[in-house]
Amino acid sequence: MVSERFPVTLTINGQKIVRDVEPRTLLVHFLRDDLNLTGTHVGCDTSQCGTCTILLNNQAVKSCTILTVQADGAEIVTVEGLEREHLHPVQQAFWEKHGLQCGFCTPGAMMLAAYLINQEGPLTEEAIRRQLDGLLCRCTGYENIVRAIKRAQEIIEEGDKERSQETAQSTWG
Amino acid sequence: MMKKEVIEMAQVIGQPLKRQEDIRLIRGQGQYTDDIKLPGMLYAYILRSPYAHAKILSIDTTVAKTMPGVVAIFTGNDLKDEVGLIPTAWIPPDSDLHVPPHPALAYDTVRYQGDGVAVIIAESPYQAQDAAFKISVQYKPLPVVTDPRDAVQDQAPLVHSEIAHNIAFHWRAGDNLDDIFSQADVVVKQQFRQQRLIPSAMEPRCAVADYHGATGELTLWATTQNPHIHRLLMSGILGISEHKLRVIAIDVGGAFGSKISCYPDEVIVSWASQKLHRPVKWTETRQENFLVTTHGRDHVEEVELAGTRDGHIQAVRVKVYANMGAYLSTAAPGVPTILFGLIINGAYKIAHASSEVFGVLTHTTPVDAYRGAGRPEATFLIERMVDLYALAIQMDPLDVRKKNLIRPDEFPFTNPFGLEYDSGNYQATLDKALQIFNYEEFRRDQENLRKQGKYIGVGFSTYVEMCGLGPSEVAGAVGFQGGLWESATVRVHPTGKVSVFTGASPHGQGEETTFAQIVAEELGIPIEDIEVIHGDTAQIAMGWGTYGSRTTAVGGAAIHMANQKVIEKARKIAAHKLEVNEDDVVFDKGVFMVKGLPARSIQFQQVALDAYLAWNLPPGIEPALEGTAFYNPKNFTYPFGVHIAVVSVDTDTGDITLMRYIAVDDVGKIINPMIVEGQVHGGLVQGIGQALWEGAEFDNQGQLITGSFLDYTVPKARFFPRFETAHTETPSPHNPLGVKGVGETGAIASTPAIVNAVMDALRPFNIFDLPMPLTPHKVWNAIRQAQLSS
Ligand code: FES
Ligand code: FES
Repeated sequence: MVSERFPVTLTINGQKIVRDVEPRTLLVHFLRDDLNLTGTHVGCDTSQCGTCTILLNNQAVKSCTILTVQADGAEIVTVEGLEREHLHPVQQAFWEKHGLQCGFCTPGAMMLAAYLINQEGPLTEEAIRRQLDGLLCRCTGYENIVRAIKRAQEIIEEGDKERSQETAQSTWG
Repeated sequence: MMKKEVIEMAQVIGQPLKRQEDIRLIRGQGQYTDDIKLPGMLYAYILRSPYAHAKILSIDTTVAKTMPGVVAIFTGNDLKDEVGLIPTAWIPPDSDLHVPPHPALAYDTVRYQGDGVAVIIAESPYQAQDAAFKISVQYKPLPVVTDPRDAVQDQAPLVHSEIAHNIAFHWRAGDNLDDIFSQADVVVKQQFRQQRLIPSAMEPRCAVADYHGATGELTLWATTQNPHIHRLLMSGILGISEHKLRVIAIDVGGAFGSKISCYPDEVIVSWASQKLHRPVKWTETRQENFLVTTHGRDHVEEVELAGTRDGHIQAVRVKVYANMGAYLSTAAPGVPTILFGLIINGAYKIAHASSEVFGVLTHTTPVDAYRGAGRPEATFLIERMVDLYALAIQMDPLDVRKKNLIRPDEFPFTNPFGLEYDSGNYQATLDKALQIFNYEEFRRDQENLRKQGKYIGVGFSTYVEMCGLGPSEVAGAVGFQGGLWESATVRVHPTGKVSVFTGASPHGQGEETTFAQIVAEELGIPIEDIEVIHGDTAQIAMGWGTYGSRTTAVGGAAIHMANQKVIEKARKIAAHKLEVNEDDVVFDKGVFMVKGLPARSIQFQQVALDAYLAWNLPPGIEPALEGTAFYNPKNFTYPFGVHIAVVSVDTDTGDITLMRYIAVDDVGKIINPMIVEGQVHGGLVQGIGQALWEGAEFDNQGQLITGSFLDYTVPKARFFPRFETAHTETPSPHNPLGVKGVGETGAIASTPAIVNAVMDALRPFNIFDLPMPLTPHKVWNAIRQAQLSS
């Protein structure tokens, strides 16, 4: 209970962050309260709901289940870091396919989706449903989340095609 | 549905446009209450009773007060003379209702596990919690009752000593049907348990209060479905004038009824902020959400149905013990009475019906509205009874439905309790569902599979619900202590862009887009030029919020009326400018034209600018362009539909697999089909959740044993097949948009469809009813019992 503080260094959404934190501070609270990255939400205290999901060294991780000091040195992406110049394919797909209603589970759902579409090969609908096990959404009935993840894969494929065409052209040019 | 790049004006209604609110939400830039952080903000932690019933002997806060960061600790005794009681705002008439006193913090007796006894306010949430562990409370445990039937017995412990037999109210509707039942050919009796459910919105509740000593103003950010109702109630509880109170709820992370109520927690932080002159935040943990955020359903129902041998239903009656929990939550008494007891005949033409309801207090978490509120319970009752009746007379359950459904030429239809169903074509929804689902083929498959020892079943459910809650006269007549109209202001800016202010307070249902579509269509302006503002009592004078699928039917209609006022004034200005008579000006797709001379025209945006410049307005016309309307609906609206569920039961494990789910709903005119479909999906998952997995349970000491997501199954993605949804459109005749309301349909129709399907699958075992949720263990046990006794 003595609030001794420990230094941590993290890269969050591409930015290096150095802070002193209480060792018991959960990563999700550090993100929300210390860094004002309130896009990551807290929905439970049992690691069930997945609304707090972020990418930690490219893995989908529940940020309510890890202490900030444990994440020392890690590279973290939160929902605020998804978008660069354009909406991330996952954001675009959730929007197009109505993958959100109240939007509370959505940042976590999208981070999980971003992780899933980075995996080898396209996922079947059934596989997506299974992979969504770590996520609770009370609004959408999941169907449109599933559609959104499939759509995100398509957008990436389309993007890859475009990019390879662009490369091809520039090689010829 | 195809998305067009350019959507032609005047075709905005009916298009599956992407939602406007999503832009901030997918960027993580929503403004949920817990995202609010104010300078100097303190954090509250509420210490709660571990006992369901106990006397508080003493509370010792001496150590806790010295803990780091602690600013103040208050107990029930500190609050009790300074803040009012937590109110009950629905007092059904003729029900002899007793409202037990509900203090914000218990000071004498705790009455359910989770009842608050003290609040710790500290510089950080971790510090507040640390200090809470150092408070020692001495309790004397008292006897507990959790079941509503036990609670009315003579020897049962009383939840509130002044309420005899724990009966908070006794309400009846309908006639005495003894003669009809004694003379009927067939009488079917069944007892149902509508188990208790936990709404489980993904966003826990939260409240941030900020009191300014100098102005005497209190701003409260809160997770609420109805900020204006909150302001009204809080004003009474805290003794602050309404105009000094501001309630804000911009983004709310789901609610499903559980954020209608006024809760002790928001009263506590408001009062604490007043005391300490600093902002105070309280954020619910999930554990608290399970324990103290209102639960839903929880009835024991004794039902009887009378009919002829050839399938004609004559009468239905029910006696209900509705478990209200330890206190009467804000809207709670209206749910098992008005919203349930008056519609138990469902979509059927049944000449006689009667309801009798005991609202019973127990040592459990208070219940209140939960998605569908009363109507799922009513639909379950009649839809299960139809199947049991069909079984009794050896008729196909689909044929019994066909025989008794209200016919299209019978609308407006007055049900046995006097409710007037506005419009409907129930046969059309059934026909459409049967186009998707080949019933005969299914029965053949079922027969063949049974021979191989595989058991599949089909369940039908028809439903009708009352939505679009209003008019205010009815609200008064049924004892709802509020109005049920809605307000809208359509403010056109000098550039022709529009801000819409609505008193409805959507929280995930997509009305920022639905409402913008109404304005875009009617004013003929691009949807991007419209913003919809809600959830802030400082910006919107008055409104009644979002619940009971009323938002588009009532709030949308108010916007339509406000649009008409805008157009009316703009037409005058345009006529003046075009130098013609007002009657000679037509307005179409955003352009005012002289009749017969389309070349002489003026754009809506130009008129807007003229209205603000006011250099040359017609005589008697005030500058600026906006319309405000207050729409008080003529009646409820009555969405309806037919759902079909197909399941298979694994007799070795009791596992139920949902194979197909078909939902054909008629929600009146559809503004945005994508949003409507999304609402149906969400409702289905909750309704199917009730049938198969969800159920709150207390042990005999009143301990909630399903107190986390580990013990209470909120459905997951892999539990479901792809839903098959379709619609018919029968407009409501009495609201200007023809809309009816969709938010609850899925939750209403799906529960009985699923249970009927499982019972159909289990027919070879002579299992005709099982209590929900139909967990594998329960199903497996029933099958084993059946096999042993055969
Ligand atoms: S907040 Fe629920 S899993 Fe992290
Ligand atoms: S969109 Fe509301 S919880 Fe998922």
